[in-house]
Amino acid sequence: MESNDIDIENSKLRENDAVSQKRLRHFLDIEYLSQPLLLDILDLAESFAGVSGQPVKKVPLLRGKTIVNLFFEASTRTRTTFELASKRLSADFLNINVDFSATKKGETLLDTLRNLEAMHCDMFIVRHPLSGAAEFISKNVSKNISVINAGDGRHAHPTQAMLDVFTIRKYFKDFKKIKVAIVGDVLHSRVARSLIHALRILEVPDIRVIGPKTLLPNGIEKMGTTPYVDMNEGIKNCNVVIMLRLQNERMGSSFIPDEHEYYNLYGFTPARQELLAKNGIIMHPGPVNRGVEISSEVADGDRSVILQQVSNGIAVRMAILSLSMQPQQDT
Amino acid sequence: MKYSKEQTQALLQKIENSLKEHLLKNQIIDPIIIGVQTGGVWIAEWLQKRLGFEGKPASMNISFYRDDFSKVGVNPKVEPTEMPVSIDDKHIILVDDVLFTGRTTRAAINEIFDFGRPLSVTLVVLVERDGKELPISADIVGETLELENDKNIKLVGPEPLVLEIIDK
Repeated sequence: MESNDIDIENSKLRENDAVSQKRLRHFLDIEYLSQPLLLDILDLAESFAGVSGQPVKKVPLLRGKTIVNLFFEASTRTRTTFELASKRLSADFLNINVDFSATKKGETLLDTLRNLEAMHCDMFIVRHPLSGAAEFISKNVSKNISVINAGDGRHAHPTQAMLDVFTIRKYFKDFKKIKVAIVGDVLHSRVARSLIHALRILEVPDIRVIGPKTLLPNGIEKMGTTPYVDMNEGIKNCNVVIMLRLQNERMGSSFIPDEHEYYNLYGFTPARQELLAKNGIIMHPGPVNRGVEISSEVADGDRSVILQQVSNGIAVRMAILSLSMQPQQDT
Repeated sequence: MKYSKEQTQALLQKIENSLKEHLLKNQIIDPIIIGVQTGGVWIAEWLQKRLGFEGKPASMNISFYRDDFSKVGVNPKVEPTEMPVSIDDKHIILVDDVLFTGRTTRAAINEIFDFGRPLSVTLVVLVERDGKELPISADIVGETLELENDKNIKLVGPEPLVLEIIDK
């Protein structure tokens, strides 16, 4: 049985390598990063955004480095944008879909890691269904290897959160003046968790979480958010609304009665667009369930920035990869 | 040690005159001026105006093309490169404040070629100092200097533009 509580105290015990450093080494979680470091990532991503518009969409910054995508869970967008980000930095890139490879033959995770280390890889980008997996790997690799968390269980998806705040900053320069709402299955969402941390660190004054009580973690107020069960009330005058994907496996469970009722109560319908602030934008980390959490009209409409999020994902990941790959000796 | 505003101005004037001669001699009528950030852009803007070209010069940040990433990493506070027009089949005037080891120029030339294939590249610098590490020389130079190893020379600006010799 999954707990509905947010384990705030316990999560504070998890020491992130990046905390005590001015520079990134691993990028596992946003929670302990400083505002200047987040702004550094956003600023650098801004510079990298231009690379995708060059005739030669590549810079030689990470030439000679080897980056490995270590994905223990299916993903399209995240996997491909990490791959493109690495390639645009001129790194050599390897995609390993662990589900279908050695672990099926009985090799342990640590053996797989040792083998990749023996191939002189410089960075692992890890996605895993278990919370804490990327951190576990970061503690079991040799010192010269950086680990990037590309999503671990319900815990964190820090690069998605960074691309989300990067997209927000494209529209609203001052984080301290905006209202942001996150709608949907906050309880099971690593995206929501990382995003709330990022918004809090960037001093967004009004962070709202909206969803049925069964999908809002108890104690979510302690993360600096205001919970709403009424969507119309929650998104009123918001500048940014982030819709979360409703995972199919939650359907018909004790969490959600059925798709249609969910859409009526928490789906982003065209009519609800009127409730936003005049300049309000709508975001979604993808993949989008059209007609479940968002209507096609809204997803493809003027206020939707869903595809910009995908483009921005490349530049933001380029920034995170290059900052994590920096030399550590002078820190 | 600081150059005076007038001394710096005299050097700027000198490279402007040399550049005009160079363009005339080589029959270049429509070049693209590219400044290397930050000092080079200030000089490029000045030359752009003095030569009577419209708009702003291109501004190039060579951070992603440097050869010392594994030693010093990357500075997150970098302005993006701005290349407003296509450089294919164009004559390029590449402008920097100081030519020292030649590594910045090497990086800038590499970056230029990621934007297209120019007809030619002419390097203009305000100061060329000793300490060359690569076979790169400027075509137009304001002043050539020999400095002690522990000294650096840099352009302070944008208003007024003043050269300054500082301790490393």
